[in-house]
Amino acid sequence: MGKKITIEPVTRVEGHGKVTIYLDDNNNFKQSRLHIVEFRGFEKFIQGRPYWEAPVTVQRLCGICPVSHHLAAAKAMDVIVGAGTGDGLTPTAEKMRRLMHFGQVFQSHVLHFFHLASPDLLFGIDGDPAIRNVIGIAKMHKELAVQAVMMRKFGQEVIKVTAGKKIHGTGAIPGGINKHLSTKEKLNLLIGQDPMNIDKMIEWSLSGLEFFKNYHKDHKDIIDNFAAYPSKHLSMVRKDGALDLYHGVLRAIDSEGNKILDDVDTQDYLEHIAEEVRSWSYMKFPYLRKYGPKDGWYRVGPLARLNTADFIPSPLAQKEFELFKAYTNGKPNNMSMHYHWARLIEILHCAEMMKELLNDPDLLKGELVTKGKKGNEGVGVLEAPRGTLFHHYKINEDDQITMANLIVSTTNNNIPMNLAVESAVKQFISGKNEITEGMLNAVEVGIRAYDPCLSCATHAIGKLPLQIKLYDSKNNLLDIKTKNDE
Amino acid sequence: MSKPIVATTALAGCFGCHMSLLDIDDRILQLVELVDFNKSPIDDIKTFTKKCDIGIIEGGVANTENYKVLKEFRKNCKILISLGECAIMGGLPAMRNGKDSIESCLKEAYQDSPSTINKNNILPNDEELPMILDKVYPCHEVVKIDYFLPGCPPRADLIWDALVALLNGKEIDPEYKTYKFD
Repeated sequence: MGKKITIEPVTRVEGHGKVTIYLDDNNNFKQSRLHIVEFRGFEKFIQGRPYWEAPVTVQRLCGICPVSHHLAAAKAMDVIVGAGTGDGLTPTAEKMRRLMHFGQVFQSHVLHFFHLASPDLLFGIDGDPAIRNVIGIAKMHKELAVQAVMMRKFGQEVIKVTAGKKIHGTGAIPGGINKHLSTKEKLNLLIGQDPMNIDKMIEWSLSGLEFFKNYHKDHKDIIDNFAAYPSKHLSMVRKDGALDLYHGVLRAIDSEGNKILDDVDTQDYLEHIAEEVRSWSYMKFPYLRKYGPKDGWYRVGPLARLNTADFIPSPLAQKEFELFKAYTNGKPNNMSMHYHWARLIEILHCAEMMKELLNDPDLLKGELVTKGKKGNEGVGVLEAPRGTLFHHYKINEDDQITMANLIVSTTNNNIPMNLAVESAVKQFISGKNEITEGMLNAVEVGIRAYDPCLSCATHAIGKLPLQIKLYDSKNNLLDIKTKNDE
Repeated sequence: MSKPIVATTALAGCFGCHMSLLDIDDRILQLVELVDFNKSPIDDIKTFTKKCDIGIIEGGVANTENYKVLKEFRKNCKILISLGECAIMGGLPAMRNGKDSIESCLKEAYQDSPSTINKNNILPNDEELPMILDKVYPCHEVVKIDYFLPGCPPRADLIWDALVALLNGKEIDPEYKTYKFD
C-alpha cells in the first residue's frame, strides 16, 4: 500500500502552495510535486487600462519586491514611449532607478537571509520549532535581530526617497523618474545617525558574510550536499559580463559553464524562452526553446547570477566573488544552499553601489524624463531579488494595454524548486518509517533556498506552516501530522 | 497575566500589508514582548491552538481556501481587522470582478500568452488546486469584520497605533488625516 503525503500550505508567489509526495509500499520515493494553488489573472484584467498605470498597478502582484515589478513595467513603458531600451534615459533617471533597485534587493535579501533562513542555521533544520523562527532570533540573538531589522529599514528608506513610498511607490514613470533626491535625503542615508548610515550597512554586510562563511566551515555537509544538482543558469549581465541587476543582455550557461546563450537583447526574449503548462500547478514551467521543455529548464536568482557573471563591479563584493568562484574551481556552482552565500555577496554589492550612487551629483539635479516616438510594444527585463523578471506589453492607439505577458522570477525556478523538494524527500524521508517535524522542515529548507517570492513574505515573519496528511493508496486518510504535534 | 494573542493571515493579497507591519521596524522587537502569536505566517502554528484576541486579515477572498481560512479566523478571534485595500474591498485582484470571467483569465495566462506553448490547451485543473471563486469578495461580505485599516498598504504607523490602542483596551480610532488610501 503506497502513501501520499501532503505538505500544506507552503507559501509562495501570489499566495499559497503545497507539496504532495507519493511513496511506494516500502516508503521509497515515487513522485513529489510543488503545487502553486492561487491564480489572480493580472494578464487579463489589466487589459483596457492605460499603459502609464502599469508601473503602479502591476507591482501589486507582490508586496515583497514591488520595486522589481514597478521598474520592469516602467522599462517596458520606456520602450513604448520611445525612450529606448535602457540606455535612453537621462543619467538622473537611470541612477535614481538603480538606487531604488539596490535598496530593494538589499532589503529583500536581508529579509530573506536574516529573518527567514538564519533560524534554520542558528537553531538547526531539526531544531525546536517553537523557537526556530524570527521571534526566537529576536529573543535569543538580539544583536543579530537588531541588525536585520535596521538593515531592512535602511533599504526601505532608500526605496522611500526614490519611489516616494516604502511599498508600492510611484517614482518610476514611462521614460524616466518623477523626482530628484534632495540633499537632506542624501545626507540622511550617507551619514545618518548610527546605525542608519551606509558605512554601517557595508560593515554589517561584511559581518553577515563572515557569519555564513563560518557556519559553512562547520557544516559542509548540509551547505554543500543538500539539494545539489547540475543545471543550466540564466541571468541578465552587463554587456561586458559584469553583474548588473538593472540592465543588460541575457546570458545562459550549462552546468559546465559553457555559454549556451549570450549577448541576447532582452527585447528578443520570446525567441529564446517559452513556458509549458501542467495541469497540477498554476505556475508555468519556463525553458530555453532550443533545448525543449524537458531539458531546457534553468535556475535564476543570486546563485545563477554569480554563475553567469564574469565579475562584480564593486571592490569588496568582487573580492568575495573570487572566493566564491574559487570554491568550485571557477566552475558553475550547482549547490542550492549556496544561494544563501550568493545572496549575501549581493547584499554587500548593493551596499557598495548605494554608497557610490548616493555620492553621485546626478541624483540631485538634471532632466528627469526622456520623450521619443511612441510605439505599441515593449519588453522590460530586470534582475529582481529572486531572478530574471520579464514584463511584456502591447498597447492600442487609445493607449490601452491590449496584452500583458509576465514571467516572474520565481516561475523560472519552478523546476529547480521541484527538484529541491525531490532531493530533500529522497535524502530525508524516502525509506523512513516515521516522519518527523525535522524531515518536513528539510523539505521547506530546500524550497526556502530559492527564496520563492511572497512565500518570503510569509516567512517574512517566520516559517512556512506545514501540515502533512498520510493517505493509503485508495486515498483514505490515515494520519494527519502537523508541527503542532511537537 | 497572560499576554494578548495575535493571529495573522494573508488571503488573496500581495503580502505588502505584512511587509508594512514589518515596517514598524525596531518596534517589532517590542511587539514580540507584548503579544504572543498563534496561527500566523510568523510561526509554525498551522491550525488554531487557542482562542485569539486579535486576528489580522490581509487580502480578499478569491478561492475556496481563502473562504475556509477566513471563516476559521472569525471563529477563533475576538476581534478581526481587515488590513488594507484587498481585505476591505478586494483591491487590485478584484479588477476582474464584473469585467473578466475566470475562464477568460485562465485562457489568457495559460493558452494565449505569447511565451506559452500549450498544444493540448491544458488549463491548471487538479484536485490539489482550490476552486477559484466567480469574483473576489471583500472580507466583510463573508464574515463580520470589527475594524478596517485602509491603505495599499496601510502605513506602518497606522498599524502600530491600532495595535497599541487594542492592547490598551481602547477602540481603534485613528485621526482622519492619518488615513491614506494609496
